Amino acid sequence: MGLGAYIAVSAVLFAIGVVCIVARRNMIYVLMGIEMILNAANINFVAFNRFNGDAMDGRMFAIFVIILAAAEAAVALGIVLNVYHLFESIKPGDVDLMRD
Amino acid sequence: MEDKLQKPFYAALGVITLGLLGWGAASAGAQGIAFGLFTALTLGGSLICVWERSVVRSAFSLMGTFTGVAGLFLLLGADFLAVAQILIYVGGILALILFGVMLSPPDLAERKLSRVLGGLALMLGAVAWVGSKVAGTVAWATADELPEPTTKVDEIGVAFLDPEGYVVPFELAAMILTVALVAAVYIARRKASDLTDPRAEERA
Repeated sequence: MGLGAYIAVSAVLFAIGVVCIVARRNMIYVLMGIEMILNAANINFVAFNRFNGDAMDGRMFAIFVIILAAAEAAVALGIVLNVYHLFESIKPGDVDLMRD
Repeated sequence: MEDKLQKPFYAALGVITLGLLGWGAASAGAQGIAFGLFTALTLGGSLICVWERSVVRSAFSLMGTFTGVAGLFLLLGADFLAVAQILIYVGGILALILFGVMLSPPDLAERKLSRVLGGLALMLGAVAWVGSKVAGTVAWATADELPEPTTKVDEIGVAFLDPEGYVVPFELAAMILTVALVAAVYIARRKASDLTDPRAEERA
């Protein structure tokens, strides 16, 4: 499998992640879409790393992306918990405190 | 009307999976079959995640996505990353998301089919268009020219603590993880009475 195949997979995964964020009316889906997008970026990092001399930089970057994704998921879930306590809903459209 | 589309959707997924497997077998033999399998797992899982109305099903289908990505990492010779991916994503982040699922009341009318299908058509069309523009102009490297992948777990460990390498980002990542996790616990443990919604009475 060439580099192009991996990039195609990553691009499609990214596209589906964006749809997951935009098309669904639920904050949990936003979290899941973000994870998909980060995974797509990771595939790109590792694939380019492999097909450009197999140094370590791409892999190390992917590890840091995974670390930040874990931290992000924990904080985002805390925020969603609080939003649920405040608004009794986790639809993104219902969170409008700063609108007026 | 929406339930009628359930069967055609999964049938289409099955056809795409078989197509990917066949294409992989035709172009690169056993490795191609593995690539097709992991690709089908990755993209099928994420498609089911967008498609399904129940949040629980979406969350579990995301497991397929994460496992498939781990398999792709293996094919790319990144064994440590593949194991880390399964440990952190399937074991950690997915469990967190499943906790979040408990917050969402069952709302089967939430998914608007027109939004999902329209969004998918738009984004996949955009990917196909950009891909067709790029594919003709860039000469992608193929697997035939590559050396055998080597296990580099020990090198990753050394690079993390190498002053010439990644010791600064490594320590920063440790700090960020500590701060983020403590902060997440603090945020999540606040009681509802600590939070003030100026329009609470208005709504009640």
